[in-house]
Amino acid sequence: MIKYILTKLAIMLVTIFFVSIVVFIIIELPPGDFADNFAAEKASAGETLSQSDVENLKERYGLNQSVYERYFKWIWGIVSRGDFGTSFRYNRPVMMVIGERITFTTCLALLTILFTYLIAIPIGIYSAMRQYTFGDYAFTFVGYLGLSIPSFLLALLLLYFSTKYTNTSIGGLFSPEFQNAPWSLARFVDMLKHIWVAAVVLAVAGTAKIIRTLRATLLDEKSKLYVTAAKARGVSGKTLLLKYPVRVAMNPIASTLGWELSAVISGSPIVAVVLSIPDMGPLYLTSLLSQDMYLAGTLLIFMSLMTIIGTFLSDILLAIMDPRIRLGIKI
Amino acid sequence: MKTQDENAKLKYYTASQWQLIWWRFRKHRLSIIGMTILGIFIIFALFPEFFAPYSATERNGESVLCPPSKIVFKNAEGKFSIVPKVYGFKRERNKETLKMDYVVDESNVQPLKFFIKGEKYKLFGFLPGSIHLYGVEKGYVHLWGTDTMARDIFSRTIFATRSSLSIGILGLAIAFIIGLLIGGVSGYFGGWIDNFFQRLTEFIRSIPTYPLWMGVAAAMPREWGPKTVYFMMTIILGFIGWTTLARRIRSQIISIREADFVIAAKLCGASDMRIIFKHMIPTFISYVIVDLTISFPNMILSETSLSFLGLGLRPPVTSWGVLLKSAQNLNSIINSPWMFIPAIFVILAVLSFSFVGDGLRDAADPYSEKS
Repeated sequence: MIKYILTKLAIMLVTIFFVSIVVFIIIELPPGDFADNFAAEKASAGETLSQSDVENLKERYGLNQSVYERYFKWIWGIVSRGDFGTSFRYNRPVMMVIGERITFTTCLALLTILFTYLIAIPIGIYSAMRQYTFGDYAFTFVGYLGLSIPSFLLALLLLYFSTKYTNTSIGGLFSPEFQNAPWSLARFVDMLKHIWVAAVVLAVAGTAKIIRTLRATLLDEKSKLYVTAAKARGVSGKTLLLKYPVRVAMNPIASTLGWELSAVISGSPIVAVVLSIPDMGPLYLTSLLSQDMYLAGTLLIFMSLMTIIGTFLSDILLAIMDPRIRLGIKI
Repeated sequence: MKTQDENAKLKYYTASQWQLIWWRFRKHRLSIIGMTILGIFIIFALFPEFFAPYSATERNGESVLCPPSKIVFKNAEGKFSIVPKVYGFKRERNKETLKMDYVVDESNVQPLKFFIKGEKYKLFGFLPGSIHLYGVEKGYVHLWGTDTMARDIFSRTIFATRSSLSIGILGLAIAFIIGLLIGGVSGYFGGWIDNFFQRLTEFIRSIPTYPLWMGVAAAMPREWGPKTVYFMMTIILGFIGWTTLARRIRSQIISIREADFVIAAKLCGASDMRIIFKHMIPTFISYVIVDLTISFPNMILSETSLSFLGLGLRPPVTSWGVLLKSAQNLNSIINSPWMFIPAIFVILAVLSFSFVGDGLRDAADPYSEKS
């Protein structure tokens, strides 16, 4: 078990290293740099920056150095003193700009995963056990719909109906009185009151997918001989269901936990932009558009980190649940 | 003499694989409905000039954010008539809010005509025509209202169908080629090549998809023309989708790599390429087609989401995502909810593809038949 975890840990570290390279390549992709972009922006606002000003900017942010130099400087800063560089736009260290947004994104992702499994697992079991009943059809239909509505559309629709019929906006993350308040239990509760909408929106697609997988696996397992054998031994009802087929059907669910988390993190920026949740998503979008490269890169690295750690945890969970994986037995 | 039953049996046993798949597919009612809707969409995408009463950029003068036209089936005496009529709008100042509102103008009635001569167009760029499916002789008819630039939303949605579907298909083609190459090579050769590509796929999966491609899409320079952006988008979509296809093809190839017919072909001296393309791929192509159908919705959703964020296609190209981008603002959808209507096309397209994909999956599985 320990060897298994250590191998996975090593793979995780290597992955993180490669992710940092890819991220750096991506933020280097756009032609021109922040200084040019900044000058162009000022120019369209009617101000002109002289060539020497632009050069000064480039000098200050080290935009004149070669790509390798900048990459290694950036990585060294991160590794040695946790310095992710400076945000050009905000003129502050990247970590200060991101600040509590990481907490918001993490909360949102965890809450979404929680919702997904809390809703999907009971419904999946129900659908498989009551195959072809009204309930099964209803859930299947809702599931199809959930898979086919783009998340941003669902968010917009919720926003629309809440504003139109209840006259309160569900967007944002805090009520006005908590906006700038220090963290307290009341503020946390207030955040939960707002964040659940985004979590539900993000959970819909994943829930639909898990219901389908769970239902299909359970239906497969239900007709297998070991279930019949258990039945012959007199096991019945709930015990039969939960002790045998459900346990087997949980495996694919646990092994996809990492992907599920990845999908949630991947989808969250769009939903966050629509619902104006001040987490990493909207910041990422604006930083991309303004070529604030260290900010964009750091955000992308954090989002990747979350999925990598998620995958790592789901691997361990799977090893705990499935002895074949834990003991490294090949079948 | 053969009985009818025997005839049917004979027909069943001599049918080709594709015929069997089609027979099984026919039984899924939802899949057939999905296929019909997709057929209609494809016809829309091929001849948008005919189905749309106006071009995607034509402006109806000053009628900005005009609500959908009111259509009635009544004649002058108020009795039912089969000829639909369209009421025009007039603008009046709202006494409470002091804003200019659109009010249905009962005096301005136009019969809705079908196959009407209207704006001239060129089908596929060279076939001249001027017949539109419907329209009115005087004034404008807006089935789904107009947008902030007084353009007909229905017409724009029809035109957007073309770019949204075609970009999805091209993206899927790219994803398929990459998936086939990488999945095929790593499944067929195994060993370190397989290991390398497996790690690569896992690695790409570990970076969240949308943020990754948002980054790449944001790198497209603003100066690029719509055609270059369109082309780049197909590549981006292709890169979003290839991992699942590659995995599928790899596992299929591994499962038949040691099969007798492959070894026989190898002993006969067939080249690797010939074995892969002539012997192996035909055995599982039906599964791959199913996977392609199932991944298509993903393409549409990706395009729509990226364009919605302003990172994908940009005006003057009209796609479903570009249309929905204008409904991004809460105020605009509160005051003019019809801006939402193009979303119906997205949902319908994705739903239909899921239905067709599910039907195909069951139909392509030879063990699904109990006979």
